Amino acid sequence: MNRFVEQLTKTDGAGLGESFTGTGSAPAGLNFELASGSNPASFTQQYTDVASEKDARIKIAHGTTTLAFKFREGVLVATDSRATMGNIISSQSVKKVIEINPYLLGTMAGGAADCSFWERVLGMECRLYELRNKKRISVAAASKLLANLVYRYKGMGLSMGTMVAGWDDKGPGLYYVDSDGERLTNDLFSVGSGSTFAYGVLDSHYRYDMTVEEAKDLARKAIYHATHRDAYSGGVVRMYWVNENGWVAYPLEDVGELYYQYHPEIQLTNSTESPLRVNASA
Amino acid sequence: MEYNGSAIVAMVGKNCVAIAADKRLGQQALTVDMDFEKVFPMTDRTYIGLSGLATDVKTVHDTLRMRVNLYKHREERVIEPRTMAHMVSHMLYERRFGPYYIEPIIAGLDKNQKPFICGTDLIGCPNFPSDFVVTGTAGSNLFGMCESLWEPDLEADDLFETISQALLNAVDRDAVSGWGAVVHVITPEGVITREIKNRMD
Repeated sequence: MNRFVEQLTKTDGAGLGESFTGTGSAPAGLNFELASGSNPASFTQQYTDVASEKDARIKIAHGTTTLAFKFREGVLVATDSRATMGNIISSQSVKKVIEINPYLLGTMAGGAADCSFWERVLGMECRLYELRNKKRISVAAASKLLANLVYRYKGMGLSMGTMVAGWDDKGPGLYYVDSDGERLTNDLFSVGSGSTFAYGVLDSHYRYDMTVEEAKDLARKAIYHATHRDAYSGGVVRMYWVNENGWVAYPLEDVGELYYQYHPEIQLTNSTESPLRVNASA
Repeated sequence: MEYNGSAIVAMVGKNCVAIAADKRLGQQALTVDMDFEKVFPMTDRTYIGLSGLATDVKTVHDTLRMRVNLYKHREERVIEPRTMAHMVSHMLYERRFGPYYIEPIIAGLDKNQKPFICGTDLIGCPNFPSDFVVTGTAGSNLFGMCESLWEPDLEADDLFETISQALLNAVDRDAVSGWGAVVHVITPEGVITREIKNRMD
């Protein structure tokens, strides 16, 4: 990858290429081509809109509900699966949980490419840590690695709101990391356009001493309510439980069917046999 | 036009027409109402669907109601769908330099029971296709569905199936429309109205 970037820079007559390695030492093999000019970041931002769903030349997949909370038996992580580009639903089956290693999970909100790329880099760094130190990385250290990684690109248009969840020597770990460089730890987080709706459900029903089944019910309900009210969230509910033996993934649950499970009184058959009204007119 | 979100479609069948719409009213990403009416019966055989800004949907519907009633009293007969299309077109062009943010669809059977559909843009440019018309934020999705599903001379029940599938699959690829749907099939015997089941996300 390094050599490819060098070649591009040398042969580029239009002067577009000037490779950027950031300040300090970049992780191995990371070099980004930048637009020429005094402020490459603002040049790119003229044509990109990562912060909203408004018109922009280049639209980036956006809109999400993700949540994670600690409870008596570990950490529960849940997400929706919708990706939108403007008002178009570009996918209903996105995987917004990234399995960094058997003990660490990352969630995706914001720029899909930014999240998947940088959490993959984090996965590499975590593996290198294991090889260097002959022990697994702590959740605190892993999340700080990610926070430091994205902080180097602050102001250049990265867009990600992520949660790092896992299990280490200290027990369950949960951190929120975003592209502004913020890094927080707490018992409960929700990130994305549907997070306000999810927080509403979580804050009403959350207890630390839940069983796994109770925790799953709560997470499912929170994601479902977010997908119901938020236009940019939907698809399926994806859930993970992290315990001392690592994470466990659960079967996907379609939100389209969940609505009718939560509302058994609604009986729509879609059959031509059962019209709502027949206005037979003279 | 994208503020509230909507999807409306009308289709011609054999001696019948169908008009269908979603039921969402939103404020951009936030879904506020899932039972918002966008298709209105103006006569026994003529329905109008109004997509776009919800406040203008209400205003245009009320104003049109008044004009259709005045027409009925002056002419002492029920307005024909084609006449109503021109009435709507004229009403919208009256606001040429400060338009209502709506794109209407008119569907009905005329006095000879012949199917009629019409769509206009927000300042009243009429369009009289012989197959189907679409409007709303899911308009381009609906075009794709109609182009592949619609065929000539569908009977009322088949027309219901076709228009329902077109609407359902169009709104499932549009973030700001959906959340329930209603289908009206207008036949010489009367109008059959059905609410159809769909994803609520």
